Amino acid sequence: MSKIKSFEELKQIREQVLTRMDIREKGDHIEKLVEVRVAMATCGIAAGARNVMNAFINEIADQGLDNVVVTQTGCMGYCYAEPTVEVRIPGKEPIVFGEVDEKKVQAIIEKYIKKGELLDGIIPVTHKGIED
Amino acid sequence: MSNYKMHVLVCGGTGCISAESGKIVENLIQCLQEHHMEEEVQVVKTGCFGFCEKGPIVKILPDNTFYVQVTPDDAKIIVEEHIVKGRKVKKLLYKDPGTKETIEDSKHMDFYKKQMRIALRNCGFIDPTNIDEYIARDGYHALGMALTEWTPEQVIDAIKKSGLRGRGGGGFPTGLKWEFARKSSSDKKYVVCNADEGDPGAFMDRSILEGDPHSIIEAMAICGYAIGADEGKVYIRAEYPLAIQRLKKAMKDAEEYGLLGNHILGTDFHFHIEIKYGAGAFVCGEETALIHSMEGERGEPTTKPPFPAESGYWGKPTNVNNVETFANIPIILLKGADWFKKIGTEKSPGTKVFALAGKVNNVGLIEVPMGITLREVIFDIGGGIKDGKKFKAVQTGGPSGGCLTEKDLDTPIDFDTLLTKGSMMGSGGMIVMDEDDCMPSVAKFYLEFTEEESCGKCTPCRVGTKRLSEVLKKITAGQGTMEHLQELKRLSVVIQETALCGLGQTAPNPILSTLNNFEEEYIAHVRDKQCPAGQCTALLKYIINEEKCIGCTVCARVCPVNAITGERKKPHVIDQATCIKCGACYDRCPTHAIEKR
Amino acid sequence: MPNITLTIDGKRVEVPKGTTILEAAKKIGLFIPTLCHLDLHDIKMVNQTASCRICVVEIEGNRRLMPACATPVQEGMKVRTNSVRVLNARKTVMELILSDHPKDCLICSKSGECELQDLAEILGIREVRITGRSQSVYKKDYSPSIIRNMDKCIMCRRCETMCNDVQTVGALSGINRGFDAVVATAFEVPLEESVCTHCGQCVAVCPVGALAEKDNVWAVVEALADPDKVVVVQTAPAVRVALGEEFGYEPGTIVTGKMVAALRRLGFDYVFDTDFAADLTIMEEASEVLDRLQRYLSGDTTVPLPILTSCCPAWVNFIESQFPELLDIPSSAKSPQQMFGSIAKSYYAEKLGIPREKMVVISVMPCLAKKQEASREEFQVDGNPDVDLSISTRELAHLIKQANLDLRELQEEEFDYPLGMSTGAGVIFGTTGGVIEAATRTAYEWLTGRELETIDFEQLRGMDGIRVATVPIDDFELNIGIAHGLGNARALLEEIEAGNPRNLHAIEIMACPGGCIGGGGQPYHHGNIEILKKRAAAIYKEDRNKPIRKSHENPAIQELYETYLGKPMGEKAHALLHTTYSEKQKV
Repeated sequence: MSKIKSFEELKQIREQVLTRMDIREKGDHIEKLVEVRVAMATCGIAAGARNVMNAFINEIADQGLDNVVVTQTGCMGYCYAEPTVEVRIPGKEPIVFGEVDEKKVQAIIEKYIKKGELLDGIIPVTHKGIED
Repeated sequence: MSNYKMHVLVCGGTGCISAESGKIVENLIQCLQEHHMEEEVQVVKTGCFGFCEKGPIVKILPDNTFYVQVTPDDAKIIVEEHIVKGRKVKKLLYKDPGTKETIEDSKHMDFYKKQMRIALRNCGFIDPTNIDEYIARDGYHALGMALTEWTPEQVIDAIKKSGLRGRGGGGFPTGLKWEFARKSSSDKKYVVCNADEGDPGAFMDRSILEGDPHSIIEAMAICGYAIGADEGKVYIRAEYPLAIQRLKKAMKDAEEYGLLGNHILGTDFHFHIEIKYGAGAFVCGEETALIHSMEGERGEPTTKPPFPAESGYWGKPTNVNNVETFANIPIILLKGADWFKKIGTEKSPGTKVFALAGKVNNVGLIEVPMGITLREVIFDIGGGIKDGKKFKAVQTGGPSGGCLTEKDLDTPIDFDTLLTKGSMMGSGGMIVMDEDDCMPSVAKFYLEFTEEESCGKCTPCRVGTKRLSEVLKKITAGQGTMEHLQELKRLSVVIQETALCGLGQTAPNPILSTLNNFEEEYIAHVRDKQCPAGQCTALLKYIINEEKCIGCTVCARVCPVNAITGERKKPHVIDQATCIKCGACYDRCPTHAIEKR
Repeated sequence: MPNITLTIDGKRVEVPKGTTILEAAKKIGLFIPTLCHLDLHDIKMVNQTASCRICVVEIEGNRRLMPACATPVQEGMKVRTNSVRVLNARKTVMELILSDHPKDCLICSKSGECELQDLAEILGIREVRITGRSQSVYKKDYSPSIIRNMDKCIMCRRCETMCNDVQTVGALSGINRGFDAVVATAFEVPLEESVCTHCGQCVAVCPVGALAEKDNVWAVVEALADPDKVVVVQTAPAVRVALGEEFGYEPGTIVTGKMVAALRRLGFDYVFDTDFAADLTIMEEASEVLDRLQRYLSGDTTVPLPILTSCCPAWVNFIESQFPELLDIPSSAKSPQQMFGSIAKSYYAEKLGIPREKMVVISVMPCLAKKQEASREEFQVDGNPDVDLSISTRELAHLIKQANLDLRELQEEEFDYPLGMSTGAGVIFGTTGGVIEAATRTAYEWLTGRELETIDFEQLRGMDGIRVATVPIDDFELNIGIAHGLGNARALLEEIEAGNPRNLHAIEIMACPGGCIGGGGQPYHHGNIEILKKRAAAIYKEDRNKPIRKSHENPAIQELYETYLGKPMGEKAHALLHTTYSEKQKV
């Protein structure tokens, strides 16, 4: 990392970051890229989010699913259903899965990520962000 | 990929299940099979939508159609009209209560505006350990803008105009606070971020630090620029290791990017942040106590004036804001004070994060615009009371707040209204209670907390909270008298009026509000020696209902003290003098013949 | 500063900006009751914790009541100090305090002196409607000087302010939270193992009986009743100007003769004077000053200068634990109390022809540290202490009252010879600046061989915490530093550590503000620092009234050297009158 020397440079970096992230992480098939975000706040981790994240990473590697990226994020707010995982498939509403364990990781990959099939017990997202 | 073109989401929350959502799913699947569409359309049961008063709810993807109050019989029409013919079923659509118009896309429903994420905007969205993701979401742009295009006064003006009030509990106007610190002349000033979240059950600050640490760094730097400080301190409880770790990583990344340190973004503005660890004392949330704790002194408050803005950390002008307050700062600068002012109410603009807990179905961390009613929070977002029980009260403001009841459900949540109702915003704890909760016990719980967390400096708090808690112990143990109720009131008022800091001044709130709203429950405890909610063991009597008892002897066999006697096939009796009220018989009776009174 | 006008109980009052409501009210004759508040601004001790909440008042427009002691006035403020709301709150707060305070006033060491007791009377508390558990988790802490009984602590924090801010000792601070919060030493070690210097200033400001002296009155009664013992008493200079207060005399009344009469009636075999030992101290200390100065002036750069006085045991404790690297600079002369004990049990016992074990030396001191000093191992011979028991001025008053005596009714009497013979120089040991003035009187005459024209060194007197003065002795300029209060002592010591920029040659240090007249064993001043000033004035008056005012002119001292000790700082003098210091590691 080198220091950002001006506000203009920061703005440029934002644009670069946006495209760089796309190219580096998503490769040639941006339109097919699936993002898996595991809520890794203290409460999520206490509920088992770390195992869930590892399970995703391992399973995706094992299966060679190169269009799936697993990242961590903060608290999503669904305390009643930790650990929670959000899966974003291009062109679809992001789906939040609750009470995810290693077994459910399999189900999410097999059913939703591979086939677009939903699972019982998904969490309806009912808030809006600053963009909406 | 699968062949599913459509998904039908059916609410599987407890409320909707009791309203036969299971049957709806069955019928939907059956109808789909009849139309041979089961391969194209998937029916899924979801978690609770929260919109229980309009349940059962059915949502269709991808077109976001939101059907309310659906009955099992409606399954047919949904399949035949919507799925087969592509025509939305008008009668099941949600009607806006104001305009009476039906809403087809749920995105336009008020319901989806009930939660609005500003402070939590990046929480659960970006990778908190990746500064690039923050920058991609306009991170550090507010700082860049402030440093290059705005004067410090303009920044303060914007915050003042936005009407942002401190989210830590007091609700003091943030802009004004910054202005005081700006106007104090000194060679050195400090920005302090209060991350000493102490309310039992509240964890929004931790979540923000864990999920979006850069927003706090950026906001503190903006504040530093505005008030003329080059040093910031984050006072964080050591029990938040992950938050500390993420914050440290974020600080390091920001430093490497030149977004923290000397000559930020090539300007002459320098800002450094240091983490100070607290031991998690509740009183250290009070800003003067926090400052003393940071100085290595005993965490005790001192009288104001002087305010920290005049004389704070090491006697220098210091601006203290809490995490959630800071989290609002960058977005206010980016989107403008007018944008922010439009959210929430006139005197309490913006949103507030609540840790919704207790007897609601959807416990969670929610962010709602100010002015939303308690009813909307509890029933629409929280999904109503667990197990279909009756709502009794909700405690806002944690141990400093008060209980609000049924009659307050439609009052808007904002700083000032909550105060007039005998409660307060606090840092955002919200605990919902149902008919099984005993109010004197609730008050006792909170008083035991404040008693424990009092720093012991001033008499009213040190001795007063102890005495209040002792009286409540007596009342819940069946040793209370009517005089005790008078004593509670008398002491509470004096403690409110005379305690040194906010902790003591607000400590009696749980008592006064429960006494005001549930006086008859207190009277039942002291006069009739009864706990209507059946929570106070000492006041409880287990009695066998003769009519229901089948004489199976299970109760007599499980009783650890042999308090239950009776012949086989004949009603049994509990000897009250021997009974230790363990409840074993109650749990085991096959005919529910044992009653708690 | 601009003035501010406000209304208190309907009366207009104009006061400077920054004045508290409490002070403003006082100006118009309204005395708002206080408890934790203590303003000793002359010695820079202001306890403004605003923690007891007794002084709360109503301010128009304020939702809550505000503490008058810590709330600065504001323009146009309307204050009510006696509304029903205020009185009810005050009374309830008082009841809260009392609900957690032992009601054993009858047998409390502070009975009659207790500010909480007085307040309960003022507020007319006749019942405590609030009941509950009282504090009892803390054990009593007994040290040779001070007893801490935290059951009685009301968390006013005066002791803490005194110990930390004024004395900078840092032995006491608040510990624990909530109801169990209390003032204690670090890790709750016994006071003796802490950095406590035993100065007793915490006791002097404690409004209740939480801090008290270790009471030796009964031990003295028993010693007096023992027919096999010869009981000798010595009284410190500051006692005679304060004892009268306990018998209704105006502060500053000199009761030397009546005190001597009382002691004789009590049955002491010999009534002697610590002032004699003070003169003796000057003989040794002035010799030491001269010795070091002469070596210094002759070019010896290794001479430890400035020389520090060593009369004050709390000060000795302070330097031993806080400035061990400076332990070579204090005078090695023992304190007057210990010199007296040493001489009484050698010279005088021999004179009487009795073994030292047969003699009991009792000291009456304005001080609590003297109790601890008397118990130090280096001041014992084969386990027999030079000073057996030390009692404070307050304890002496109790002793006199218990013997059914009234000081007012007694005729003045004289001390016994020889150890009761003293000079004005010995008397002024009792106030700040006195020791160094006494030493200067002698050193001047010894150095110049001329008699002083004016004996009074006014430049060395006063109440400023740190004073520096120059005394010309022929062509040499003697630079003198004076500090009273250990915080001031610390400042001066740090100056010495920083290279002694003011080139001080001799420094007098007293642990207590005002010197011994303000000692921890003196009658309680209850926050009225004027009392200390009156005692100091009395000390100088006593000095002026003495026929001999220079220690080296004391005939009994001259006789002692001629017949027994030899020369000051000689071999015998060294063995009996000097001591050594060692680093003390304390918590």
